[in-house]
Amino acid sequence: MATTTTARMGALGRAELTLLVRNRYALFTALLMPVLMVGVLRSSLDRVDLDRAGMSAVEAALSGGVVMMLILVVYLNLVSAYVARREELVLKRLRTGEASDREILLGTALPAVVLAVAQSALIVVAGVALLGVGAPQRPELLVGGVLLGIVMLIALAGATAAVTRTVESAQITTMPLFLVSAMGSGLFVPLEVLPDTVASVCELLPLSGVMTLVRAGWLGGGGGAGELAGAALTALAWTVISVFAVQRWFRWEPRR
Amino acid sequence: MTKVIEAEDVRRSYAGGFEAVTGITFSVSRGEVFALLGTNGAGKTSTVELLEGLARPSGGTVRVLGHDPYTERAAVRPRIGMMLQEGGFPADLTVAETVRMWAGCTTGARPAGEALEAVGLGGRSTVRVKQLSGGEKRRLDLALALLGHPEVLFLDEPSTGLDAEGRRDTWELVRGLRDAGTTVLLTTHYLEEAEALADRLAIMHRGRIVTAGTPAEVTAARPSRIRFVLPEGVPAARLPLSLRAAATGRHVEIRTHTLQDALAELLLWAREQDVRLEGLDARSASLEEAFLEIAQNETAGV
Repeated sequence: MATTTTARMGALGRAELTLLVRNRYALFTALLMPVLMVGVLRSSLDRVDLDRAGMSAVEAALSGGVVMMLILVVYLNLVSAYVARREELVLKRLRTGEASDREILLGTALPAVVLAVAQSALIVVAGVALLGVGAPQRPELLVGGVLLGIVMLIALAGATAAVTRTVESAQITTMPLFLVSAMGSGLFVPLEVLPDTVASVCELLPLSGVMTLVRAGWLGGGGGAGELAGAALTALAWTVISVFAVQRWFRWEPRR
Repeated sequence: MTKVIEAEDVRRSYAGGFEAVTGITFSVSRGEVFALLGTNGAGKTSTVELLEGLARPSGGTVRVLGHDPYTERAAVRPRIGMMLQEGGFPADLTVAETVRMWAGCTTGARPAGEALEAVGLGGRSTVRVKQLSGGEKRRLDLALALLGHPEVLFLDEPSTGLDAEGRRDTWELVRGLRDAGTTVLLTTHYLEEAEALADRLAIMHRGRIVTAGTPAEVTAARPSRIRFVLPEGVPAARLPLSLRAAATGRHVEIRTHTLQDALAELLLWAREQDVRLEGLDARSASLEEAFLEIAQNETAGV
């Protein structure tokens, strides 16, 4: 009997999980950094007037923390993983087997996906149970935003890996998206606090749509259906662009 | 016999216009070991990648088990195994974990222990890949190529990086597979390897097949060679004309398709004339000579 997509991706994901556990730096980025980042967000928000945004500092920090965690666990982690597997010639070898290109990339991403979903749940549960944040107002938006964010960040990680030559240089090539998102997508400072013209440009950044959906899902508000649809469309558009970039430019072998 | 691999007028060009494979045609029957022989840069790996379906040919057609290996990948891959000239495995996985990962992606995978035993890595299953020697990594690679009981096996320079013993072991393994009915296509630049393993072979040079056939056929087309040095004062002109000797100073070379007759004539002449032939050397055509001659002629001809 032939192998199935599920079996192949499961085998690749299991191997990748083993590698993640054995790589201290990656494990730190995936497990401890999110906690630290929520702390940083929380303290920076003390200096922002959040009344205009209609949320408390804890609410802003935790909801921003969800998206920050997605960037760390999915994006940073996967850029390194893709580049490392490519440079070790693992991707080249895997392509000789039965797994398709898509299965190889998604199978490698599986541990990050599972980790991201688990940590999202953890942040929400901790926020509600320990920090007095209300339960999610519209869970479907929260879940949709997280899943959309995960898919987009996998694709963005693939696209970034295409322009990253070594695992070390991944720390530099991942910087732009990290900084742009932290500053411009409302992770640290909700966009509602920014001047309108700046905010409307920032809404078009890759993770702004995801941030809007997560905040609207957890804390409520976030504007009408039109604004939410716009946020979802922005996220989808970035996902489509990134998938195209991966198909077009992803490198399966090291540059020689 | 069923043709398992068929290549017809296959070409491969790279970006920038370089044509690495310039129209080659050959086929491999079921249960045959076929060797692609050539110097570095002859186009062996470029050809094998087309047969494996890793790249699309820029011209011509490739069929493996009756399918196009590139466009009908899903139909072909579960039935073939391959070992790249250069492939890798995650450095931090153990040997057993690597086999398990690969088994999950392989139809009808044999048990890990059995696959590792077959390549002599039975005792190394808990060792991390990064701690394996170069030769052990090649064996692991081979174990994975064999994991799914492939009908067709592609081996790109399988014994590169192996020591003499490892090479012999690999040869034994390949012979065993052939006896069990596996079709094997291998590339090598070791003539000894082609001679020892191949039922048929093709010598590639500059992207085309220069000669092909059984090792005996390829060498039979080449002349045998006699070499010696004449003593001072014996001009080459005194040699019997029928020997068609070519002399460079006192060094003489005779090329012949009838080695025994030519040699007998030479030796009788030497005895009659009381001439000592220094450094007398007579040898049948070998694959090595065929190969070197092709490489030299082709290079000189450009």
